[in-house]
Amino acid sequence: MYLTGYTKTARQRREKAALLLIRSLAGLVLTVLAAILVYILVCGLPTVNWSFLTSFPQNAMTSGGILPAIVGTFGLAVGSMAISLPLGFGAAIYLSDYAKPGHLVNAIRLGVSNLAGVPSVVFGLFGLSLFVTTFGFGRSLLSGCLTLGLLTLPTVTASAEEALRQTPLSFREAALALGANRWQAVRQVILPAALPGMLTGAILALGRAAGETAPIMLTAVTAYSPILPDSIFNEVMALSTHVYVLATNGNNILQTRPQQFGTSLVLLALVLSLSLVAVIIRAKLRRGRKW
Amino acid sequence: MVEQVIIEAKDVSFFYGQFQALRNINLEIMSKEVTAFIGPSGCGKSTFLKLLNRMNDFVVGARLAGDILIYGSSVYGREADPVDIRRRVGMVFQRPNPFPKSIYDNICYGPRLVGVRKPADLDIVVEKALRAAALWDEVKDLLGKSAFELSGGQQQRVCIARALALEPDILLMDEPTSALDPIATAKVEEWIKSAGMSIVIVTHNMQQAARISDRTAFFYMGELVEFGPTLELFTSPKEVRTENYITGRFG
Repeated sequence: MYLTGYTKTARQRREKAALLLIRSLAGLVLTVLAAILVYILVCGLPTVNWSFLTSFPQNAMTSGGILPAIVGTFGLAVGSMAISLPLGFGAAIYLSDYAKPGHLVNAIRLGVSNLAGVPSVVFGLFGLSLFVTTFGFGRSLLSGCLTLGLLTLPTVTASAEEALRQTPLSFREAALALGANRWQAVRQVILPAALPGMLTGAILALGRAAGETAPIMLTAVTAYSPILPDSIFNEVMALSTHVYVLATNGNNILQTRPQQFGTSLVLLALVLSLSLVAVIIRAKLRRGRKW
Repeated sequence: MVEQVIIEAKDVSFFYGQFQALRNINLEIMSKEVTAFIGPSGCGKSTFLKLLNRMNDFVVGARLAGDILIYGSSVYGREADPVDIRRRVGMVFQRPNPFPKSIYDNICYGPRLVGVRKPADLDIVVEKALRAAALWDEVKDLLGKSAFELSGGQQQRVCIARALALEPDILLMDEPTSALDPIATAKVEEWIKSAGMSIVIVTHNMQQAARISDRTAFFYMGELVEFGPTLELFTSPKEVRTENYITGRFG
């Protein structure tokens, strides 16, 4: 029998101390998060009403609503997902189920994770020179979506690959042993099993795409637009850049504080509701899938 | 019923990189019989089993010499199609590995791959396969439920039914009861004995081989040491190594 160096009560005391430490750290994080949320809620809520959501900015953006910015951010977020999800999921399937393990795959994986750490303004410059200038898409919704699509691609790819690799090898064996070819095994067994996990990465990417400021300032956004975009080649307004513009430009920065907080609150709500849709889809997919 | 040779291994050697896992295996497996592969861990019995339906194709750096014939046609020849071979040679694995789908969809997976689509046809296939795996009475009212909600033993019989749904010529079983409790094991063994089909089973359990098989092959260090009728091999082994193993002197 092993005799530990200290007594049972000492052991219990250590256990309690560790628990207390972990609990207070978790509590600290939650408190900070709650404080930010409450602050934005309290400052933003008085501004947000139906006409704020459905009308255009007025009087050099010191009053009126933020409709074009809501539409712009919604378009940018959804459009960038339409680009990064197919590409990222495809790359993840290749990496997890097709590529032969070796230097090339490791290099690709390393590249993907490095790309995730590149500052977003660098993506913005890249989008500006490639999509806006070289391809001639101009400053537009399309250029912004492509740029944000590339920006979120590493997150989507890495998390999707992780989800795919977590599906048991035995699923693949079972499918192959029943005469499935590789693609059938992936499409019919692996992908349905991994999809909930893959969507988790998509949710994170979506939040990031909706909140990014620097890349879209360089590629898609105009400070003020009196109309809604009617084509993917139009410039758009966006919530994040609207806050930036109100808070840094103009003569009446203090006077527009309520608009700034109102816009921030709407941005938060938009990200939350888009994520909620993804969470609901994920919960539906997860039903009855335990292993 | 006339027995015939269903599987013939001709001078089969198999390498994982530099390591030789199998050495010049020659073996004939008869139809409608239960053939057991026994031997200590790492002796090559599972490796050999997986060669029979080309499940080693995905092992990086593996190499095969010799050939295996099933009903006289080559498994590794140029004309051979691994997908086709796996449809004719079913496999049940060490741990129950149902798909995260309903029992019904698990059984239908193979038949759907070969193009059975009509619900009425699939219903028949499912009932037939589950009856063949002696599971029908237990699950006939639960077909829409996830296979994961069944017990381990039932899950393994779902996997057997899933393999049988393709009506394979032969069923390979890789230690199919090693993850099961004694009662579930007894049910699977009972099924094997009464199935009346060609079965090759790898087992680390000598008593199991003695209970359920007609012929037994003893593998040791990548060699096929002895192969013969089960009763003979266990009562009067010809090789000293076989005798040492079955009497528990090593392994």
